Amino acid sequence: MNKHLLSINDLSADEAFEILNTASELAKISDGPMKKLPTLRGRTVVNLFFEDSTRTRISFESAAKRLSADVINFSAKGSSVSKGESLKDTAQTLQAMGADAVVIRHGASGAAQRLADSGWISASVINAGDGTHEHPTQALLDAYTIRSKFPQFNQSFDGLRVAIVGDILHSRVARSNVLLLTKLGASVTLVAPPTLIPVGVADWKVKVGYDLDSVLKEVDVLMMLRVQSERMANSFFPSEREYSRGYGLDITRLNSLSKNAIVMHPGPMNRGLEISAESADSHRSVVLDQVSNGVLVRMAVLYQLLGGATLTGEVSA
Amino acid sequence: MAIVLDAGEIGRALKRIAHEIIEHNQGLDNVVLLGIPTRGAFLGERIAQFLKEIQSPVAVGTLDITLHRDDLRMRPPRPLLPTLIPSGGIEGKDIVLVDDVFFSGRTIRAALDAIGEIGRPATVQLAVLVDRGHRQLPIRADYVGKNIPTSSSESVKVSLDEIDGKDCVEIVAGI
Amino acid sequence: MEFTITNARLIDDQVVDVIVSSGVIAEIGNGLNKGEKIDAAKNLLIPGLVDLHTHLREPGREDSETVATGSMAAAKGGFTAISAMANTFPVADTAGVVEQVYRLGQEAGFCDVFPIGAVTQGLAGKSLAELGAMANSKARVRIFSDDGKCVSDPLLMRRALEYVKTFNGIIAQHAQEPALTVDSQMNEGIVSSKLGLVGWPAVAEEAIIARDILLAEHVGSRLHICHLTTAGGVDLVRFAKSRGINVTAEVTPHHLLLTDDLVTDYDSVYKVNPPLRTERDVLALRKGLADGTIDIVGTDHAPHPTEDKDCEWQSAAFGMVGLETALSVVVKAMIETKMMTWADLVDRMSIAPAKIAGYLHHGQILKVGATANLTIIDSNANWIVDRNRLASKSKNTPFEGMQLPSRVVHTFLNGKQVLSNGEIVNGGAIE
Repeated sequence: MNKHLLSINDLSADEAFEILNTASELAKISDGPMKKLPTLRGRTVVNLFFEDSTRTRISFESAAKRLSADVINFSAKGSSVSKGESLKDTAQTLQAMGADAVVIRHGASGAAQRLADSGWISASVINAGDGTHEHPTQALLDAYTIRSKFPQFNQSFDGLRVAIVGDILHSRVARSNVLLLTKLGASVTLVAPPTLIPVGVADWKVKVGYDLDSVLKEVDVLMMLRVQSERMANSFFPSEREYSRGYGLDITRLNSLSKNAIVMHPGPMNRGLEISAESADSHRSVVLDQVSNGVLVRMAVLYQLLGGATLTGEVSA
Repeated sequence: MAIVLDAGEIGRALKRIAHEIIEHNQGLDNVVLLGIPTRGAFLGERIAQFLKEIQSPVAVGTLDITLHRDDLRMRPPRPLLPTLIPSGGIEGKDIVLVDDVFFSGRTIRAALDAIGEIGRPATVQLAVLVDRGHRQLPIRADYVGKNIPTSSSESVKVSLDEIDGKDCVEIVAGI
Repeated sequence: MEFTITNARLIDDQVVDVIVSSGVIAEIGNGLNKGEKIDAAKNLLIPGLVDLHTHLREPGREDSETVATGSMAAAKGGFTAISAMANTFPVADTAGVVEQVYRLGQEAGFCDVFPIGAVTQGLAGKSLAELGAMANSKARVRIFSDDGKCVSDPLLMRRALEYVKTFNGIIAQHAQEPALTVDSQMNEGIVSSKLGLVGWPAVAEEAIIARDILLAEHVGSRLHICHLTTAGGVDLVRFAKSRGINVTAEVTPHHLLLTDDLVTDYDSVYKVNPPLRTERDVLALRKGLADGTIDIVGTDHAPHPTEDKDCEWQSAAFGMVGLETALSVVVKAMIETKMMTWADLVDRMSIAPAKIAGYLHHGQILKVGATANLTIIDSNANWIVDRNRLASKSKNTPFEGMQLPSRVVHTFLNGKQVLSNGEIVNGGAIE
């Protein structure tokens, strides 16, 4: 497996399933009999968060600690360091600290790759969200959640139908999910107002639609994305009301989903905008599972990257 | 390649071990079998089957020790194998670990660490199909199918019907 | 000062000797021998290259380049004349700053530096700079540009085009509609969508080109389009010329060779304004340069210090250095592909730019009496780009490690040798 996890493209379908399988085993042990495992004892994992995200950071922290790794939290948000300087300087400090893995969340697309390629550090880099580019562990935990609800898709997602709804243009969760779901064999439809669909989407292996109601009956998984109301200022949509009316998951839409369909959301949710409160709390919503699965999947990722011999940059045979 | 145990001998060895477990623990009420995957798990199931025939059903499960190995850093990460602790748990129980080949003892050390994370059994005992010597840690087995002295350059190959399509134990000469 | 260049091969393959005396070509023939002999070893002799688009960073950003180091880079690249864009600190919007830049160029003495004046005060795009004062200054500015920024206000662009008619000046537009390129990072397309980088649509460039072509027609003035990068832009310029509109256009070497696919690893050496575009655009630009729709090659030499590039893409500065690789890249893109001949190249990189800008002593046909601004090129050489061996103070070249064809061997500025066997010599003002 690759030394870094920067993008879903770093994983083959087999490697992705390996991570999901590892997470399944960890679920049995770590959620049950053995809360703490010695596997990463002596390793140091640094959470390098340039953007606020208590949830993701805590998820990675729990994952690392359950494997007995030492965790250092580095929050660079709001520091007065000027552009560019911050990444390089902090990276060199991490190297001095002896970090084995750096989990990085940053506002600039490509920041994780920059850190990995720069030669400033020798640690494994895990992308916890870089700008609007990718968020690979989110896609992995989403896939894990889907698999846990649909056991028939254990070895392959062939036949699984997923719709991703919302601000695709600015969503790293959407990009990682599209890459992973299609890699595992699922068929994916993107639904959004045209202003929020990227220009290059024809190159993605997805269907695109502007009408949410027409896809509802035909999906197993409805993945709602967070929409920022700040987008209104740049005329991506005229008003929250119009967005909700066209693309929000309200109770009527919720009820027209097929019997076993589930509703997912990476969080945090704008209740009332892209998803109504009842939909968020309905029995179809697996949002809480996504959160708890996050720790297991991140444990699996840390195990794959740090649990064995130190990986070189090449992909192993 | 020399066959040191054939199918019949394997069966008899396991049956004898089953009798010994009952005798040593004066019954099966408090006994929990934990097989170490992959082949130890199948052997654990077989011993449990014998115990059921001879005496009564016994709690049986599996314990993967991958995450507790002391040699993890020497190879790329290994896939995890199934762990299934029986519903009665292990607290205060007499655990019998089951494995196919007893060699350096490191696997059992890892198993002891894993059990330590889960809880506090009354006793931990060890049943192995083959003891090939060359211990690197002060660990001993309680129940041994067969003692087979080997040189360190040789390897012991255990085949079980459940996964290899046949039952036998062979010694393979090293280079 | 007198010397003889021997065994020089001209574009028409004739091998001749050339006597240079007091700054001009004194004689062309065979078996000539006056003063020191410089053996051209049958290498190609052409008029010195002329670059109408460079950023020399002085005054204000001397950490990335100075007029002197930029001039050395120019000489190494075979350029005898370069135009220095106005986006310095302070901006070159007064006679004072342009005269300073002009003087620095003369003192360095490695090439002729012709300052370009800003169109608007402080490049703010709100009101005209003192174009007349700059035109009348010692720097005799004739090209005006807010390059780095676009003169986006249509009324202001109209006024600028009208105003420079007084002294037959040119407005050189950096075509970039600001409203369509807010925070844009790279070409908007398949790659930008994958990478999650804010896109820079082709239309942001083309809409301004279209508008300015029509303005130039309406007021009857000269318009120059800087760094064309899209197929649509080439079509617009072609249309304009077919209408007889007085527009000229320029393309950079990097836009003739590189595409936005290179950005996949987020290596900020490929971050440039305007951005690298697609294969289709590259082909259209090559065709445009070959058929003359695009008149000249301009490097848009944009030096940046390491710390401005050694960071995440979003924070990195836009720009690539280009003076020292320009000729080779154009040879690779246009001559090796048989789309242009050496005669075409000399036109696009020397004769045409000198003519557009009015640099009388440059881009001259090689004949007796012509000013000795000359370049000698080994067209059989291959060399590997090594950023550590660039004369420029900055090392942000996208061609690092690439093998490129043709190599500049000697450069002569106004009859004085400034580059000998690829090494800088003889700096300092010409008496």
